[in-house]
This record gives sequence, structure tokens and C-alpha cells, in this order.
Amino acid sequence: MEAVWGVFPVLVFLAIWEIVGRLHLFPGQSFFPTFSAVLREFYHLTANGVLGKNFLSSLTRVLIGLSSGSIAGIFMGVLMGWRHIIDKAFNPIISLFYPIPALGWLPLLMLWIGINELLPITIIFICSFFPVVYNTATGIRSVDRRYIQAAETLGASNMRILFKVVIPLALPNIFTGLRLEAGMSWRVLIAAEMVAIPTGIGALLMQAESLVRVDIIIVCLIVLSGMCFIFEKVFALAERRLAGRWSAHA
Amino acid sequence: MPDIRLVNVSRHICRGLNLTIRDREIFVVVGTTGAGKTTLLNVISGVTDYEGSVLMDGRSVDRVPPRKRGVGCLFQGLALFPHLDVFSNIAFGLQAGGVERSVVEARVSSLMEMMRIQHLADRYPHTLSGGEQKRVALARSLAPSPQVLLLDEPTSSLDRQTAKYLRNELIQVLKGLGITTVFVTHDLREAEEIGDRIALMFNGNVEQISTPHDFFFNPVNERVSEFVGMPNIIECTRSRVLASGLVEVVSDDMKMVLPYDGNSIRRIAIPPDEIYLSDVRPPGPALNRFTGIVQEITSLQATVRVRVSVGGKSLLAEMPASAFNEISLEKGKEVYVVIKLRRLRYVES
Repeated sequence: MEAVWGVFPVLVFLAIWEIVGRLHLFPGQSFFPTFSAVLREFYHLTANGVLGKNFLSSLTRVLIGLSSGSIAGIFMGVLMGWRHIIDKAFNPIISLFYPIPALGWLPLLMLWIGINELLPITIIFICSFFPVVYNTATGIRSVDRRYIQAAETLGASNMRILFKVVIPLALPNIFTGLRLEAGMSWRVLIAAEMVAIPTGIGALLMQAESLVRVDIIIVCLIVLSGMCFIFEKVFALAERRLAGRWSAHA
Repeated sequence: MPDIRLVNVSRHICRGLNLTIRDREIFVVVGTTGAGKTTLLNVISGVTDYEGSVLMDGRSVDRVPPRKRGVGCLFQGLALFPHLDVFSNIAFGLQAGGVERSVVEARVSSLMEMMRIQHLADRYPHTLSGGEQKRVALARSLAPSPQVLLLDEPTSSLDRQTAKYLRNELIQVLKGLGITTVFVTHDLREAEEIGDRIALMFNGNVEQISTPHDFFFNPVNERVSEFVGMPNIIECTRSRVLASGLVEVVSDDMKMVLPYDGNSIRRIAIPPDEIYLSDVRPPGPALNRFTGIVQEITSLQATVRVRVSVGGKSLLAEMPASAFNEISLEKGKEVYVVIKLRRLRYVES
């Protein structure tokens, strides 16, 4: 029953969209295509492979950039959270770079790296690295000292305490960072592709804009929205599997 | 099992602390909140820095990290790992010591059986009751076979019935293991039941270390006496066995019949809250019931202390303020005095 209530508003929205589109309330029908016209274009773009090709380009960039940024971020965050001296050494640098929006790096990276595949991957790496470092370090630091003391008195080595107690207990915090960045990486990628990269969903958006193809623009936005949603859900699911049984009670 | 010696230890409220805990004894530390009881345990386990020296079997362990001190801890907050089920929590110390898997399984199973928690193996700590959590934490601390066991208020925050049940189990387990144990509590009655010796801590210092018996009959100062509850010590002039387990004692004009397994009694300690006062004659036989005159009434925060003269003796009674308000007592008034038999302590002739 709850699922019905969740779907119902979406159906109403789509119905209103279709009706408003068909009533020609806006000058020039192509500026406000109906939902069915967008669906037709979605099918068309999928069938001729344009959407698939651009989508795969974007997906590859996100997967490489997000995974490398997250792994590096977790590694750095664990070190900073676990060892005070490393935190002391790197915290000023992280604090300096963390507030810079990922897209702010774009002009500099265009000059340093050039316009190639590495550019969007680097942007996504930066976009995910800093928040994941921050959340991971916070998560590691906030593990209750009593658990560490308990593990110490039970004879655990430092490494065992880190891998068997501290990191598992920091998982909810780590996943918070990952979940947020999973969606954010798509948003940043699209922006980068719109500005500087000739392939990908962002580039397709810009081409559609230049051809005044509102239906294609909407298709791209729907794909973007879907991917942000799916990526965030994947991480939420992983979090639930790894920490769901106990995280609310830690 | 080692004896433990603290030499001139300072940490937080504790300043220049010296004490010795004997091999295989159950050493109970009592004291009010903030007296330094938990700090003492943290120093022995090594989870906190300190000044001074801790010796186990005569060897300094100051530079030995907690994981190598051979100390099992039951922390006040328990600190059960929330991400591990009961089995994994108990197995943690064994796995950390590189014990073979089959041995781990056997040891954990036997501990779960001893603590009667076999049915909880797959459960996570947050799904357990307070009593079950304490049992799991105790099994976990015992799993690596520690030489010293430190227990920080293991029965606190449990309802009275569960606490009593757990306390009895603890006594059985600890006596069975014969392990040097430091047991922290703020409950003197619990300390008496469980301890070979009791130490009273106040403001980071040890006021008295003695047997439970000496705590009541020979408090070293006013502070100990106050903590113990300023018992009424009665010297017996005569005592005879009425039947097996029943003794009649006479002290001046007072004659009492007490449950006692020995031959005769020389002295009795009566806690003030074991003396019941009433302005009307209580129903039932007049056994251990006297009349007295109220000498003094002192109101404390939640209780009221009444000094009563009975047969030429001065007895101190303490009752909750609510109970005091229900009866009408004033200085010089006659009152019925009933000695309750639950927590009397005796010195044998």
C-alpha cells in the first residue's frame, strides 16, 4: 500500500505533463514536448546507439573516478583518523582543498592534463576524494574509546583493532561520505562534459541544446537522475548489508 | 595467578596510591561515585597512563601494553562490540591470540554453557537484555584465560532480582576459577557477599582495607564508619544456644533471639536501617521487640536518623523520610523498637 502511495504522485505528475504538452499551452510545441514524445525519443536514441555510447562513456568515467577517489580517500581518512601525527600533518592541506568545488579545478586541469579521458576522471577523483577523507577520518576518530580499550585488554594488536573493530565501527560514517559522493560524481561529471568533453551524457546535452532538441535534453536529465538515484541506492544497500544490523545501536 | 602491587600510583583523582592485592583473592573496591575506583582498574589494566608503578608477581608491568598484561576486564559500560554477534564477541580475544579455530569454538561453547547463554550465540548485543549483556561481557573477558580479572560494577543498572541472580553466579564462577579478581562496586552489601577483602576508596585514597567483618566492627575512622552506616555495636553479656541455628543473647536489659549457626556470640553489629521504629505496638510476638525513648532526631536528605535509648543502650535507627513522616515521633516520646534479622553481623565468643 505504501508503494502505491509512492508511485501515485509520479503517475499524476506524468499525466499532467502529458496533458499540458498536448494542450499546446506553450508557444512552439518543441519547447515543451509531451511525456510520450520524450519516451519515443528515448527509444529512438537507445535503438540507434547514441544514448548507449554516451552513457557508457560517462559510466566508465564515473566508475573509475569514483572508485579510485573513494579508495584513496578511505585509505587517507583511515590513516588520518587512526594516527594523530598523520592527521596533524595532513589536516591543514585537506582543510585547504576540501572547500574548493570540484568544478573549480576544471580550468587548471584543462591546462595541466589537456582535454582527454583523464580530465573527467580526475575531476571525479577530486570530487570524491576530499569528502570521503573527511567522513572516514571523522568516523575513525569517533569510534568509542571503550571499544578500543576492550580490544586491547583482550590481547588484540593495533592492526587487529584497526581492521576488526575500528574500521567496521566507522563504516556508517564512511558510507555516508560514499553515498553522497556517488550521486555528486554524476552531477560533476555532467557539468565537466558540458563544458569541456566532447562525449558522454553531458556532451549529448549540449549538442541537444544547440539543436534545440528539448526532448533529448529531457531524456539526458532523466538518465542523469536515474543514475544518481541508482548509485546512491547501491551504496545505501551495501551499507545496510555491512552495517545495517547494528549501526543504529553502535 | 599473580599478586598485584600498586606503588605510589597517581592518575586523575588518585594521588600516591599504595595497595596490595593478594594472589587468587577477590578484592572488592567500594566507594562513592568519583572516588577513583574505575581509575584504579584502568591503571591495573594499563589502558590509561599513570605515574608510579604497578607490579604483578613482583615484576613491574608499567611498560607492558594492556594486551600483554594478561588482564581480563569487564568494563562498566561493558563495551561489547556492537558489530559482532555474541559468539564472535566472546571469541575475539582467543582469535587475537592466534588460537586454533577448533579450540576457539570449544572454549567459546564451554564459556557460553558456563554462563548459560548458549541460545544467544547468533544474537547481536543490542538485542540482549542487561543481564544477558553482562553475562556475555563476563564470558568475553574470561575467554583468553586471564591471570587477573577486573570487574567494574558488574551488577549495576540491573533490577534487584537480576542483580542478585547474577551476583550469585559470579560468586560461583569466581570461586571456581580461583583467579585474582578486583571487583568494583558501590554496594557494600554486595562487597560483603563477594569479597575476601574490601577496600574503601574516598577521594582517590584508600581509607581502609580489611575483611568484610572488620569493616563493621573495626572501622578505622569516621568516614569508614559513615560509609558502612554507623552500625550499632552491642556487647553481649550472655549467650546460649536454644536450638540448632538459634541463639539467645543478653546484653544488659536486652534479650534477643537470633539465627546463628555457631555456639555463642560476643558482639553484634546492627545496621541502623535494620532497626524498625513504630509509635504503635507492632502485631505479632514480642520477639526482639523493645520499647525505647527517642533521644534525638536528625533529618538527612532522603532519610531520617533517630537515636533511641533501649534498656540503657543507645541505638541509632535510620529510615526513609517518607516512612518517618507516616509515624509520629518526637524527642522524649516512647517508641517500639524492632530488630530485623536480615543483616546482623556477629563476633563469636
